[in-house]
Amino acid sequence: MLSFILRRVLLLPVVFFGVTLFIVLLMQLLSPYQRAAAFVQSEQQARNIPAIIEQYGLEDPWYMQYGRWLQELLQGNLGYSRTTSEPVLETIRERFPVTLELALYSIIPILGVGVWLGTAAALNRDRFVDQLTRLISIVGWSLPTFVLGIWLLVIFYGALGWFEPGRVSTRFVVEMAGGGGFEHYTGMLTLDALLNGRLDLFWNAFSHLVLPVITLATVSSAQIMRVMRSSLLDTLSQDYVRTARAKGLEERVVNNKHARRNALIPVITLSGFVLIGLINGVVITETIFNYPGLGQWAAAAAVNLDYAAVLGFAVFTAIAVVLANLLVDVLYGIVDPRIRYN
Amino acid sequence: MSDSHSQADLIVETGREPAAGVRGWWHSKSMKRFRRNPLALTGAVVVIAFVLLALFAPLFTELGRGCLRDLGLSASTKFDYRNPTKAAFWRAMFAAPETCYDTPRQGFSPVPRSAAESGTVLGTTSGGYDLYYGLVWGTRTAFRIGVLVVGISVIVGLIVGSISAYFGGWVDNLLMRFTDVIISVPALVLALVIVIVLGKSITNIMIAIAIVSWPNYARVLRGDILRVKEQDYVQSARALGRRGFGIIGKHILPNAIGPLLVIASLDIGAIVLTAAALSFLGLGTDPGYADWGQMISFAREWILGPPGDPLRYWFVSFWPGLIIVLFVLGWNLLGDAFRDVLDPRSS
Repeated sequence: MLSFILRRVLLLPVVFFGVTLFIVLLMQLLSPYQRAAAFVQSEQQARNIPAIIEQYGLEDPWYMQYGRWLQELLQGNLGYSRTTSEPVLETIRERFPVTLELALYSIIPILGVGVWLGTAAALNRDRFVDQLTRLISIVGWSLPTFVLGIWLLVIFYGALGWFEPGRVSTRFVVEMAGGGGFEHYTGMLTLDALLNGRLDLFWNAFSHLVLPVITLATVSSAQIMRVMRSSLLDTLSQDYVRTARAKGLEERVVNNKHARRNALIPVITLSGFVLIGLINGVVITETIFNYPGLGQWAAAAAVNLDYAAVLGFAVFTAIAVVLANLLVDVLYGIVDPRIRYN
Repeated sequence: MSDSHSQADLIVETGREPAAGVRGWWHSKSMKRFRRNPLALTGAVVVIAFVLLALFAPLFTELGRGCLRDLGLSASTKFDYRNPTKAAFWRAMFAAPETCYDTPRQGFSPVPRSAAESGTVLGTTSGGYDLYYGLVWGTRTAFRIGVLVVGISVIVGLIVGSISAYFGGWVDNLLMRFTDVIISVPALVLALVIVIVLGKSITNIMIAIAIVSWPNYARVLRGDILRVKEQDYVQSARALGRRGFGIIGKHILPNAIGPLLVIASLDIGAIVLTAAALSFLGLGTDPGYADWGQMISFAREWILGPPGDPLRYWFVSFWPGLIIVLFVLGWNLLGDAFRDVLDPRSS
């Protein structure tokens, strides 16, 4: 197991250097003036670009620039974001918990609904339930985040007035800005509200999460549902399941204990892709719902041609995806011994 | 081309025909099943309807002034583009000037106006852009994006995949690690980076999506080539003295490429979606260009109607959304059925 993890960890730097090199090479298409933005740390520096070009040797060959860029990166300098008027790293630090909160809430329905409906479909193969879930999954899979998000807003905000966009209602924003003793322990608002013993704030923040979570979860849970269905069908036809049934075990025990557990393995593999889908979805969902996370910042930065911000976001997501995939691989190795010894 | 010993010799050599090409595939059992599958047929009908809508866009819409001018039509010959005996008809159909993609404006009202208010089929967006025209011509834009991007990525994937599978060793390793790198960044994020480096435009969106899509095809093709390479008829061809790219081009590719082409063409739905998403975020076309992503991005400002009439602007978000969902649904239904056909385990 240890050597398996080690081999996986060794892949990490390959992807890391690959991604950063690719991005730096891409940046060579920009003029040195535009590239300088990635090194700026403050408003004053932004007014003196030629000095930065000089200081960081932005007219040097690309490999020297790459080395220097890496050095800066390792020191935590990712440049200055014009969109948020603060260093990129600072913005990432502030907004990451916001996006993480959204993502964590989304994972519950993605896995829950996906596994549940997938199981129901497989256990009722070719019957009405199966056809219905198949239809649901295809329709859900075909609802683009930007269409679904806008439609949900029109119906539940515009027509019904049940939910509103944003992260929390204005009165709470004002209150928290006033420093009324509200402590931000984690940066995740629903959790912080509970830690501060503020149930009203918790419900308010939670209600703001409902629509974005539905928007984010629809496509991914449809994917999980499909994989779960075919994987469970596969497992149900295996010999050991038949044996379990033959020795007189209850149907429920066979399904839940023997079949379903093994059927979950492909779902774990898929979760790496689901994460990538979530990041894509987060950019659009946060923009539509005006939810102040990393995705909204990246989209706004792209429209503003805020290079430092977009590059910082790309490097950050690449690292996050690589780490998550590592986690998935390790998990996969733990769950399925066949993988380890391959 | 010293290639006289082709298929016939192979059959003699190996006693069987190499895996059947496209025609045999069409008559195979799984394809018959496909043709009886109601969901698959629905998908096919939807996609074909969109193809027709794109092709006959000039017949469904009233062309704008700039477009008419560039087609060489004046006020008196205005409707010549609907007459198949005139040259303008064929130009509008197959070589429409770029100005035809500019959505005509019905006035310049800053507020969306409904179909009845504006005298258009589906209403207008803010700025007076005709929704109906934008969506119909946007279908053309969608297909242009889809087909071009798929074409480019398949060609690049084909080249890289063949080189990788043929040379093996460190070349293979290097190329495959490169595809790992690209695949490990979420497509939309990487496309975002590429678009802002190249500049905001629909062409650059296409380039960006092609850059993020080709690695998938390269990997699929590499796998297929490695698999086909080991089959008897390829071994026989090798024993007959064929070498190198000749084998790939003549014997391996034709048998490995079928599934790839199907997968790729089914990606058109997903590619159009990514392009629409980028355009929705504001990285695409100039205002008024007939493009679905832009059409629905107008809706962002008009979620809420005036007090007392919250659903006043429903058409701005409903129609573009519906068109996009139908398009993606059509491709997904088709793709779902085809993937069943391609995956032998599912039968």
